Amino acid sequence: MSDPIVNDLTFQAATVNGSGSQSSNSVLMRAIFKMGIPVAPKNIFPSNIEGLPTWFQIRVSPEGYMARKGDPEVLVALNPATWAADLKGVRPGAAVVHEAAYSTANAREDVFYYPVPFTQLAKTKIDNDKLRKQLLNMIYVGVVAKLLDIPLEAIEHGLKRHFQAKPKAVPINLDAVKVGMDYWDENLQKQDAHRLVPMQGKTDGLILVEGNQAAALGCLMGGCTVASWYPITPSSSLCEYIGTYADRFRVDPETGEKRIAVVQAEDELAALGMAIGAGWAGARAMTSTSGPGISLMAEFTGLAYYAEVPVVIFDIQRIGPSTGLPTRTSQGDLAFVYNLSHGDTKHLVLLPGTVEECYSFARDAFDLADRFQTPVFVLSDLDLGMNLWMTKPFEYPEQPFDRGKVLDAAAIEKLQGDWGRYRDVDGDGVTYRTLPGTDHPLAGYFTRGSGHDEDARYTESGEAYARNMDRLTRKFETARSAVPAPIVDAKGSPVAVIAFGSTVNAVEEARVRLREGGLEVDFLRVRALPLSKAVTDFVRDHERVYVVEMNRDGQLYDLIRLHLPSDLVGRLSSIRRYDGQPIPADAITRPILELEAVPAS
Amino acid sequence: MSVTLNRIGLARDAYKGAATTLCAGCGHNSITNHLIKALYELGVEPHRLAKMSGIGCSSKTPAYFVDSAHGFNGVHGRMPALTTGAKLADRDLIVLGVSGDGDTASIGLGQFMHLIRRNLDCTYIVEDNGTYGLTKGQFSATADVGSVQKRGTVNTYEPIDLCTVAITLGGTFVARSFSGDGKQLVPLLKAAIAHRGVAVLDIVSPCVTFNDHEGSTKSYEWVKEHEEAIQDPSFIPYYEEVQVDYEPGTTTDVRLHDGSHLVLRKLHELDHDPTDRAAALKVVEDGRRTGQLVTGLLYVSPEAEDFSTREKLPEQPLRDLGEDDLRLTRGQFAEVMSELA
Repeated sequence: MSDPIVNDLTFQAATVNGSGSQSSNSVLMRAIFKMGIPVAPKNIFPSNIEGLPTWFQIRVSPEGYMARKGDPEVLVALNPATWAADLKGVRPGAAVVHEAAYSTANAREDVFYYPVPFTQLAKTKIDNDKLRKQLLNMIYVGVVAKLLDIPLEAIEHGLKRHFQAKPKAVPINLDAVKVGMDYWDENLQKQDAHRLVPMQGKTDGLILVEGNQAAALGCLMGGCTVASWYPITPSSSLCEYIGTYADRFRVDPETGEKRIAVVQAEDELAALGMAIGAGWAGARAMTSTSGPGISLMAEFTGLAYYAEVPVVIFDIQRIGPSTGLPTRTSQGDLAFVYNLSHGDTKHLVLLPGTVEECYSFARDAFDLADRFQTPVFVLSDLDLGMNLWMTKPFEYPEQPFDRGKVLDAAAIEKLQGDWGRYRDVDGDGVTYRTLPGTDHPLAGYFTRGSGHDEDARYTESGEAYARNMDRLTRKFETARSAVPAPIVDAKGSPVAVIAFGSTVNAVEEARVRLREGGLEVDFLRVRALPLSKAVTDFVRDHERVYVVEMNRDGQLYDLIRLHLPSDLVGRLSSIRRYDGQPIPADAITRPILELEAVPAS
Repeated sequence: MSVTLNRIGLARDAYKGAATTLCAGCGHNSITNHLIKALYELGVEPHRLAKMSGIGCSSKTPAYFVDSAHGFNGVHGRMPALTTGAKLADRDLIVLGVSGDGDTASIGLGQFMHLIRRNLDCTYIVEDNGTYGLTKGQFSATADVGSVQKRGTVNTYEPIDLCTVAITLGGTFVARSFSGDGKQLVPLLKAAIAHRGVAVLDIVSPCVTFNDHEGSTKSYEWVKEHEEAIQDPSFIPYYEEVQVDYEPGTTTDVRLHDGSHLVLRKLHELDHDPTDRAAALKVVEDGRRTGQLVTGLLYVSPEAEDFSTREKLPEQPLRDLGEDDLRLTRGQFAEVMSELA
């Protein structure tokens, strides 16, 4: 046996969708996390309820890398339909746990096989007829625990944690785990080099949370009181988490009254329409969707932009166009969302790259929407939104809500009614509004998506139209410095990367790899649109800048080129990945090394 | 000249809006006037009113009444969603939606239906002229089979009967009326505003420019000849005593949730029970079969739970809640964080 490889592997379970393997994978992941070893789980699932292939990966690394690495070192193969391809995909030296019935004749000789008669064991060792299918998967938890040296206490912790809400399930599942352990003890022997050893200091105090769950908490902490949505993968869980947390924390235990309305709308049009109606009437309102829903929301987004109504819109991106690959990740909505609607429109778009930012950007998006009286988009993606990520616990907000420029009855009285909904009193493009229900005869105004003047009166005057559009641009420029600034990590290298969103993990890992090879790469992470002036400065400070993103057309690359003065445009190159899987670090290192190897002319 | 003030001390002028930009003689202008009368007589506080609309001639009318109230003229067919959101944010608002047959029966049919399903507490007026006026005279989905367009084209498609749709989906106040029949319409409008829940009024409102000719079934002449009012309604607000004694058996008294009454005097040999859903559907269908426009209160269910109540919203409007009401406490937040460890 070769030297052990400790705490550095990608585990992959290949199973059939709907068979209950999620619980097993979750238990394994939580057990490893309990050992103090950093984990980065990725669920790769089909658009299907039952029957299609599904994979679950847990990347384990001592450094705590959270990007997808691909090609696993430990495989659990329980899907005959993908067995051949799954086997082909593992790295040399991998441990392959598989259903004993699968043929290994003429199979690869550079991996180690651990055949386990799962079906047979489930039939003979598991008494529970109803749960046999699910419990079969727990058998592989036992086998993998033995294979990788995961202590029983860690597995028990994983079971308790996973079945937090139904503790009765723990002993039944533990029995099934033990069937796997016993089978290992009696029939199998360690051959491969991969193993896990408890670590100190790497995961202390960290939590595991999904981006959508984090965003839901952010919405509640941001004071959201109206959440209207239409089910769509990968966004549904965001509003479902809002509903779950709201049931716990927004319900008056005595009266049963609920301090939020969570409404499942009839479609995405209505979902956004309700949020806009609520925002207009003074509530903090949001909706959440994914690409196909965003397409439907274009019309209402234009209304909210032009009539200046605060609203927060989450887009948990998946691959388009059209239905695309509904359960695969992407950053393909950036350009579309930025200018969503017909006519001249541009929007504030927040670009969280971590689950912490899913939380804090969600929370702060409501302040921005109120301050700038406009739609604020939060662009997450399937990888960030639906997978669990390690992070420090979130911080409790210390600031009160910023409700923006709202005139109440007393303020209108003080102004003796001399106010106009779209008058730019402060010169920042942001005007004052009143809310319906304000008890003053001069508080009312008429909101419309048609042409209007400074006093909100209907007009078809070209001059009034242009004045209003120019003011909206002024407002947008004010907002440019209010949205989250880019994060810059520069060490004076002539080479740099610009990226946004969930690719941050792969970029950070790629930088370590490149540094190990002698190439220092600086990094700017864009965290919002409109782009900050800091982006221009950063490009000016670097000779060659690689823009990394997960879409075909280089949408951020294009936006930055439009943003830059023409003499800097030539410094940019584009690195794009669009296969629906979270980008791995080597998809960044490889093209950079190739391009950097070209001698300078 | 003395000005008569209503119960909250406002003159009728306080309920007026900007001058109409619709055609002279448009049925919608009559409806606007009837609305002004209803709101004035009811003593609705203008600041509590939210006037909502979509796109089309009808949707312009919220600018023509109660100038001091907030109004929102949104996008085509989407008034119900905006209205729902506004009402969720502030359940104290009296939300009044004005739409047309194009805005409701075609592009907005889905939202119309779902608004009804939810029984949102609002008044939903359809100013129904069977035609697209602003785009110059195309048929709408409420045009009757055999109705003739100004250019001579005959409609061969089944109309969507908005009252039938509303009753079928559980609408809790469904009435049909005619823009030219203020005597019937004003009390129905008052009752609709007083009703807790969705109140749908399909009001035939002739388009003098594109659909008032011979062969149209939405013309003044046709409606005058074919209107079959089933009741003569009078509205008694909750703050007034019922003073008139009605001869037994000649009236139906509908007591609304807020204590107001809509007294319906029978005008027809038909003894319509407006709380009977099946009968309501039948009366509409019988009218269709005999070529009559049946008007009056078709269906009402005064005590049905409205959306805000069903959603268990607090008395205090959601939009007035602050950090202390909305954020998790530090303890709760810490609890959530520890669960995620």
